Amino acid sequence: MIDLVSFIPSAIQQGIPLLYGSTGEILTEKSGNLNLGIPGVMYVGAISGVIGSFLYENSVPRGEALNPLLAVLIPILCSLIGSLIMGLIFCLLTVTLRANQNVTGLAMTTFGIGFGNFFGSSLNKLVGNDIAAIEMSRTSSYFSAKLPFGDSLGWFGKIFLSYGFLAYAGVIIAIAIAIVIKKTRVGLHLRAVGESPQTADAAGISVTKFKYVSTCLGCMIAGLGGLYYVMDYMNGVWSNDAFGDRGWLAIALVIFTIWKTDIGILASFLFGGLYILHTQLPSGIEHKELVELYKMIPYVVTLVVLIITSMRNKKENQPPESLGLPYFREER
Amino acid sequence: MSNNIPAVELVNITKTFGRVHANTNVSMKIHKGEIVALLGENGSGKTTLMNMLSGIYYPDSGAIFIDGKEASIRSPKDAFSYKIGMVHQHFKLVDVLTATENIILGLEGKLNLKESEAKITEICEKYGFDVDPKKKIYDMTVSEKQTVEIVKVLYRGADILILDEPTAVLTPQETEKLFNVMRKMKEDNKALIIITHKLHEVEAISDRVAILRKGEYIADLVTKDTNAQEMTDMMVGHAVKLNIERVKPLSEPKTKLVVKNLTVVDSDGIKKVDDVNFEVKTGEILGIAGISGCGQKELLESIAGLQDTQSGSSVIYINDDGTEDELIGLNPYEISRKGVSLSFVPEDRLGMGLVANMDISDNMMLRSFRQGSTPFTDRKSPYKLAKKVVSVLDVATPSIETPVRKLSGGNVQKVLVGREISNAPTVLMTAYAVRGLDINSSYAIYDLINEQKKKNVAVIFVGEDLDVLLELCDRILVLCDGKVSGVVEDPTPEDKNTVGLLMTKVGGNNSESK
Repeated sequence: MIDLVSFIPSAIQQGIPLLYGSTGEILTEKSGNLNLGIPGVMYVGAISGVIGSFLYENSVPRGEALNPLLAVLIPILCSLIGSLIMGLIFCLLTVTLRANQNVTGLAMTTFGIGFGNFFGSSLNKLVGNDIAAIEMSRTSSYFSAKLPFGDSLGWFGKIFLSYGFLAYAGVIIAIAIAIVIKKTRVGLHLRAVGESPQTADAAGISVTKFKYVSTCLGCMIAGLGGLYYVMDYMNGVWSNDAFGDRGWLAIALVIFTIWKTDIGILASFLFGGLYILHTQLPSGIEHKELVELYKMIPYVVTLVVLIITSMRNKKENQPPESLGLPYFREER
Repeated sequence: MSNNIPAVELVNITKTFGRVHANTNVSMKIHKGEIVALLGENGSGKTTLMNMLSGIYYPDSGAIFIDGKEASIRSPKDAFSYKIGMVHQHFKLVDVLTATENIILGLEGKLNLKESEAKITEICEKYGFDVDPKKKIYDMTVSEKQTVEIVKVLYRGADILILDEPTAVLTPQETEKLFNVMRKMKEDNKALIIITHKLHEVEAISDRVAILRKGEYIADLVTKDTNAQEMTDMMVGHAVKLNIERVKPLSEPKTKLVVKNLTVVDSDGIKKVDDVNFEVKTGEILGIAGISGCGQKELLESIAGLQDTQSGSSVIYINDDGTEDELIGLNPYEISRKGVSLSFVPEDRLGMGLVANMDISDNMMLRSFRQGSTPFTDRKSPYKLAKKVVSVLDVATPSIETPVRKLSGGNVQKVLVGREISNAPTVLMTAYAVRGLDINSSYAIYDLINEQKKKNVAVIFVGEDLDVLLELCDRILVLCDGKVSGVVEDPTPEDKNTVGLLMTKVGGNNSESK
């Protein structure tokens, strides 16, 4: 039997990077941009934060305490800038120059992973480590600091209060974006841009502005997912390729949640749980092949959802109509 | 009226796209409380001119005066601020949003759907619209969508309304309803501009008519002092015969195609074609009328072997020697292998008919690439055919090697029709053969169809312009919701209302008839 009190927190910790990634991607896709570069963006977001905290940690002599505010703000800021640049590159190529979004996105994923690994290895070399990992434990302690009264509340504290601040921020961001998209005029305009840019344009909405802003914001949110993974989940240890295919899982989540960030909160925890389900099930030497099978479950679930939603054919549950298509005003 | 300051005045407006002059020195005035019809062929610059009023384009030179003051309209937002609203020919609506959400799209301020809905209901009551503010656009009929577009413009307080070919997709009854609304807006002292190329509508609704030809302003006539012939001559630039002849076939008509119990069900389980029965004879044009989505497309595609049909459906082709072939269950290739020469000019020319990125010669080859015994294709005969089509049908193209997507709508259609009739068909099916074509090209297509009829071809002509259907066809089959709603034998222009009613209701016994 699975021990839920310890399984749920680890599922949630596993789910938070996915939540950031899918929230960012939903925001992006609502504007009609299909950014398949999200896995790369999350790598860049992670390594940028790592570089920031590495430089800061090294500037403070060993033994001296870090300034908690700076230790948190520098990596976050670096991570945001790194992923913002990725977002700008994507927008410049696809919105301004109207390059194919799929190709651009895939290229950015390849680039982002390479970028992360390159700087990961470079930092390693600077330190002169012989293991292929770099550790920012001092910074990480601020990121993974848990709520002080969490331990005293038994199972409730373990399930709800045992996470670093970025986990809560992710949930808040997802809820906030759901509200903005559903309830506000900005959200209405964003949906119009993603569904029918011609209509939005004729209504006086700047399609280019909406695409740029939502894609860049989306990238920044996704980048924070990478940062959470390194700083909190991995306790500040960067090792190359450790982030794995979580970026793709985040994109699968977008479909699974039928483009709704509020559904994304629970769905990402579910995906997180499915991702680590194998740790709870019989494995060991004789069941090693099963681990990979279990890891497949989220993708299978996504396929099932995709089949169900396209069979039900409800218009609201379909991807934004102009998703992946470049927009330009009809000119002769 | 004329001594008032005009609501809109255009002075020497010129707009060019590259080397194409869309508008050259156009000047015109529109007053409040007046309906002006803007008449012109396709490509005469009507829509471009109006797009400059609505802020989509900006004129290269010239000036626009609104209420006597010079205005600079650089974006749709600017147009709203001058109280100009345009209802585009292709609706600018977001399908998954409600009527209200679409109407308030692009406006500023806090989102308050309840307040907006109340205001929409108020506008609807004032002008006699019938809109459910909470209804999603994808659930709406074309006419409802258009109403939403008009309400959208009125919601922004527009005093100057531009309607771009509003009647193109409406039934005669819906058109009459729209005209009533337009008359109410006119009484409300709004200035209205209606773009159209249907002359009888110009006569029915407008006070004045402005005519454009090749981007130039030709004349400005008071509607009641002119007539259809004069307007057409001005629009085309030379005298045009407006009547479509109904030619006689060379020999006695024989039944060629028998459609029996044809039923098509789509993937959602909705009956698109419901137990349809009819016959087509040689040397006859069978017209098929109906509002969009009433099953014409599925009907033609089932005959052409492109659509799955329900069991029991049957399409029998009668050969010249009297033998019969069942076409249901065969794909287009199998049909042609049976020796049945069926030509199909589909509605979606560049989607189903031609390959947009291939040149004229390669498109001709789509019909013949299977011929020959070597693995290599014969490129010479399609090239010859392409040359012939271009010269006989007078296709305006830089060369045979030009990709068809670069040709204008009329020329694309000529290429497609040319290829289909080069096959010497015995059955010719056309869907919306003249959609988007100007008067000259349309008449060229009618002539081609009549020529086929003379050659004893059985023609099925799906059309949307009832006036054309009534003149051209020997019989009109009216579809409504996939069912045969009625058949009009030997139609005359007086049958228009009958057909219109049949289109909206099976049997046509509508209480609104007049």
